[in-house]
Parts: sequence; structure tokens; C-alpha cells
Amino acid sequence: MSSLVQLVGVSKTFGDAAAVHAIDLSVERGKTTVLIGPSGCGKSTLLRLIIGLIQPDSGEIIFDGAKINADKPARRSLGGGAIDIVRRRVGYVIQEGGLFPHLTARGNILLMARHLGRAENEMRARLSELCVLTRFPENLLGRYPLELSGGQRQRVSLMRALMLSPELLLLDEPLGALDPLVRAALQKDLKEIFARLQQTALLVTHDLAEAAYLGDEIVLVNEGRIVQQGSLADLREKPASPFVTEFINAQRSLAVL
Amino acid sequence: MNRIRKAGKQENFRRLLLFFCVPAFLIFSSGSLPAKPVVVGSKKFTESYVLGEIAKRSLSDAGIPVEHRQGMGGTIILWEALRSGQIDIYPEYTGTITQEILKRSDELTFEQIANELGKAGIGMTVPLGFNNTYALVMLRNRAEKLGLRTITDLKNHPELKFGLTHEFLDRQDGWRPLTQYYQLNPKNVIGIDHALGYAALAKGSIDVKDAYSTDAKISENDLVVLEDDRQFFPQYKAVFLFRFALPEPAISALRKLEGTIDEAKMVRLNAKAERTKNYARAASLYFAPDARSTSAFGETFPHKLARWTTRHLELAGLSLLLSVLVGIPLGIWASRGGAIGHVILGFAGIVQTIPSLALLALLVPLPFFGISVRTAITALFLYGLLPIVRNTATGLQDIPRALRESAIALGLSPAARLWQIHLPMASRSILAGIKTSAVINVGTATLAALIGAGGLGEPILSGLNLNDHATILQGAIPAAVLALLVQSLFDLFDRVLIPKGLRL
Repeated sequence: MSSLVQLVGVSKTFGDAAAVHAIDLSVERGKTTVLIGPSGCGKSTLLRLIIGLIQPDSGEIIFDGAKINADKPARRSLGGGAIDIVRRRVGYVIQEGGLFPHLTARGNILLMARHLGRAENEMRARLSELCVLTRFPENLLGRYPLELSGGQRQRVSLMRALMLSPELLLLDEPLGALDPLVRAALQKDLKEIFARLQQTALLVTHDLAEAAYLGDEIVLVNEGRIVQQGSLADLREKPASPFVTEFINAQRSLAVL
Repeated sequence: MNRIRKAGKQENFRRLLLFFCVPAFLIFSSGSLPAKPVVVGSKKFTESYVLGEIAKRSLSDAGIPVEHRQGMGGTIILWEALRSGQIDIYPEYTGTITQEILKRSDELTFEQIANELGKAGIGMTVPLGFNNTYALVMLRNRAEKLGLRTITDLKNHPELKFGLTHEFLDRQDGWRPLTQYYQLNPKNVIGIDHALGYAALAKGSIDVKDAYSTDAKISENDLVVLEDDRQFFPQYKAVFLFRFALPEPAISALRKLEGTIDEAKMVRLNAKAERTKNYARAASLYFAPDARSTSAFGETFPHKLARWTTRHLELAGLSLLLSVLVGIPLGIWASRGGAIGHVILGFAGIVQTIPSLALLALLVPLPFFGISVRTAITALFLYGLLPIVRNTATGLQDIPRALRESAIALGLSPAARLWQIHLPMASRSILAGIKTSAVINVGTATLAALIGAGGLGEPILSGLNLNDHATILQGAIPAAVLALLVQSLFDLFDRVLIPKGLRL
């Protein structure tokens, strides 16, 4: 059993939607786990819980064997520093990239490494490596986010997330805003990158084809609960509930035509 | 290697603070104070200016270091400044002392007045020789046409338009008691500045105004004084008030002036002051009546302009620096919302609604402030606060949530998030706030002259007082040019300080 992240009975309710209820989930080392489900089902909330942007109401989040969420008093004594150390072992990519507009592509990618005072030559070497890995032209590193295309921005965002060689990569609908051609190219590149790095990744998407293409393990979420977990074949052949079939059929409609 | 270093755009923001600190500290150090001289104050009208200059000259001829703060305001401001030691000497009138300072409605003898003042640690010279009482004046031909000679005659003409100074309207020996005493029932009464009132009188937009009986304008404008036929106005004999704490040589230099100026002489000095626009020159006429050229006492215009402008920049620059240093942290605090944020923005908003003149007046009686540059800078600082606080808070709140969260998720410390992400991203809005404050401050700093803090408001005030447009423009034009320069300077700052990625 080599899970990097474990969620045990994690619940989080908000005033409105996107709540999660008593979730148990483990993310296996070296594998790509995909969270899929309709909008507002709580799949992004799970990522935000792991990276510590929000705190669970109950349950435990365990990262590499250590509990990283705690009750409020304990968290205060832990200080902001402890969760920051975990965050540096995790890369996070969001739909629009989340790049800072006042920094160049290079500035965005190196931001955290500079903050930690990494050596210049080490950073330069890593940067070239990442450009090759993500197929990003090195001569565009001096551009600002507004001067890059959507696909280029996502490659930069991916480089920023990978800069410190994180153990875990969280991707929240990273390709959601891209046109189909760019999206297909990036899907292919992502798959190669994950394989090359043997990267542990947790990806959120609502596209079943993307989930099937990239995921070793698919987790179907609906209304804040895990409905079924397994491969696409498992979901198709042994649906745990009528919702699973309904969800799969809805996404296959084009193929049927 | 170099290219990687160059990408540190967030450094720009730290440069912003340096930009403001360096010039401001230069200003600070240039404004160092000399050994404490005797300070003569004067009220905001020609005669008071001239008497102030005469006292200054008399003391400096006796070898005593002395400075004159011209046109500091009305009676109460001068009196409070004298009592608290911010000034040492100022010219006053016996009637004003009885009514406004001692708050007595009966006439006091000269000895009684001196006794009462003595209790407050204030001395009074023997009268200087002339009686400058209040008077009501009209254009001579208009008065003759209506057959008006005395104040009693006004009873038959309730249709006349009265343009009166604000001080006269409010005084205990002023307008209201006068109308009761004479049973006048005028229909049209407006408040107007003393000097502007003469212009209004000449144009016919008012018929009657209050004046001082030694006013040079009476003979210049061919006016008549309506006779105070029932002796309403008390005696207004000119004296100098001084602090007992003054050194003996200063007091005796002042006492040399006792009984040396009669009405005719004072009218001549006033006329000289208004004609030459130079109070020092008018004062020198007192000491050397025959001297033709007294340019030694006058400052050349470029020198005066440099002095006014330097002081103006000191006032606006220092107050802006304070607004920036206090406003940005307050804005950061306010941007986090909650009750404290509301309190901060509410407070800054309320300060902004107080008229700038009223804010100055409110600060003057407070212990730490009084009649000083400090007060002017504080008022300007409070004024400049709101645009900076509000723009900082708005700029920070406008940063999209996804970007805030990206910064947190990266693992940046709160300080690094503030300096490297939040402040640079809000820089456009923050700079716009600073620019607004700077332009407001350069304009509002002209009001500092009202409390003797100098600046380009000084010529504007004395020009208003002399009813002299050229003098007003000497202050107004440089102030406007300064505001434009500040505006373009900040447009330049925008290019340097706002990260390029935000300007695409």
C-alpha cells in the first residue's frame, strides 16, 4: 500500500453548493487519479482541501503519512509554515493557469524557487529541462501572460507547478478553457510527461474521454459523494448505480451519432 | 544569468517608496530652524500687516532677532496664539479687547483692560495714537443723492444692500446690536470679504459696507463715512499686546512706538502699503518719512516666488509622504474587510467631508498644533489619506480569487504574497490614489497661508486683501502650474513603477 495522500471521512459544507460528505479517497504514488463528475459535485473542493485553501469540517487529510489538517487550536500552533512546507511538495494547476500578469513566464515559473533562494545555475538548468518536457519554446520565456496563447499559458502554469519537482501534482480542469485541437495536443503531452516523471497526479475533469485517456484510476463523484471508483471498463460494465450509466451515456452521445 | 535577474519586476514596488522618501527627507533637512526669534503676528488686513512690520522693524533695529507671521486670521486665533506662546506680539484695538477677548459689554477704562490682560500674562502698550473704529461707508455720490449723512438716516432706506465682513456680522459690537441700537430694518444683507467688498461697492452691487476709519480705501474710492450720530461704536485705539515673558529690551523697543502714530499718519501708511503692495516699504515710511527708495526692505519677485514655492512643496510633499506611509498600510488593512476595514474607510471618508478651511480651524486650538506649519501639514495629510487608503483597498480587493489562491497554493509566505504579488498587481490603483492626493494637496496647500504657514497661498491672501489681481495671480498661476507638473510627474511614475505586464 503506497498511497501518497489519503482522505479519511472528510466532510466540508458551505452555505451553498460544492460540499463534500464523508469522503474516503487515496491517491496512489506514481499513478494518475482522475476525479470526474458533473459541475458542482465537489471534485474541485477535494483539491482545495488537499492544498489547504480550505479546511475540512471533519475527517483527516494525510500527506505522506502525516496528518496535515488539524483542529483549529492545533493548526494555530502549527503555524502557517507547516502547511506551506507541504504546499512546496505539491504542484497546483488551475483552469485559467493562475499566472500572475505582472510577471513574465520565466518570473512565474521561478517565483517560488527564487523565494526559497535556490542557486541561479540550478534554476536555469531546471528551466531548460522543463521547456523541453512541456514543449515550450525557450525564447518565449520573457513574455508576459497576456502575450501568450491559452495553450502556452497552460504549459507555463504546468512548468511553474513542476519547478520544485513536486511529489504530487494537482490539476483542476487544466484543459477546460482550450479549443479542441490545442486540448488534444496537451492531453498527449500531459500523458507523456506523467509517464516520464512517474508523476503522482490528481486531475479534475468533467470530460470522460480525457479521464479515460489520462487516468489510471477514475473516481466518479456526484453530489459530494464518491459514486464509483475503478477503470473506465469497470464503470461501464459494473456500474454501481444508474447514475454511473447515465453519466457515461451522456458523454458518449456524439459517438452514437 | 542576467536575464533571470532582470525578471525581478517586483523590485519596482520597493523603488516606489524610495522615490517618495528621498525628496521628502531632503525637504525635512532643509527646513531646519534657526535660534528662536521673537514672533510678531498680525491679522488679515492691511493695517495689521503694516503695524506688524513696524513692530518687527523696531525690534530688529534694537538688535533683537524677530520674524513676522503675516495675516494669521481673526482675533481669537491671534489671541490664542499669543496666550499659548506661538507668537509674542500682535497689534490689537481696545474695543476688540473689551468685546471679543474679555467678553465685556460695558466700556472699560484703559487701566481696567490692562489689569484684566495682566491676569493672563499679557501686557499692553499705551495706545499708539489713532482710533480705528468701525464705520459704515457708502459711495459719496450715492449717499448725497439719497440724502444720507448719519447711520440714523439709514432707517428710511430699508431697500439698500449691505455687504458686510463676516467678522463684523458676528461681533458683539457689530451688526446685530447696531441694527437694534439704531432700529434699522434692512432687507438685503450679505457677508463678503473686506477687500472684495470695496470692489462690490464701486460696481454698485452693494450700497453700504463696514470699514475701518483709518482705511486708505475711504479716500482712494471717494467714500463717505456715515456719522455714528448716537455713538454706538466703542473706542478702537490701537495698541500692541505682548507676552510678559518677552525679554526687557524687546518690550522697551515696542514701547518706543507708543503715541507715535495719529490717524492721518496711519491712513498714509495704509495707502502706501496698498499702492506699493509692500508692507515692509510702508513700515519704513514710518521710520524715515522722507526716504524715497526703500528697496532694501523689499524682496525681489523671483526670490519671493522661490520662497513661496519651496514652502508650498514642503507642505504638499511632507503631507503626501505621510499620507503614503500611513495610507498604504491602512489600505492593506482595510482590504481585508470586516469591521476594522469599514471603520478605516469610514474614518477617512468623514475626514474628507470636512471642509479644508474648517479642518484647519479645528486643529488650531489643539495643544500640539496651533498656528504652525505642523498644523497645515497635519490637515493636508488627513486630507490626502482617503484617496490612498481607498485605492489601495480597492486595488487589492480587485485581485481575482484564482490568483490569490495560486499564490497561497505555491507556498509563498504572507509577506512574499503581499510584496511580490498583491502590491505589484494593485500598483496601478495605488498610484492613481497617490496622484489624486498629490494634486489635491498642491491645491489645498494654498489655504495654509491662512494660519501663517506660508506657501503660494500667501500672495493669494494678501492680493485678496489688497484687492489686487496681479498679486493674486502671483500665487494662483504658480500653484496651477505646480499641480500640472505634479500630474505629469506621476504619469511618468506610472511608466516606471507599474509592471510592464499590467500595461499591455
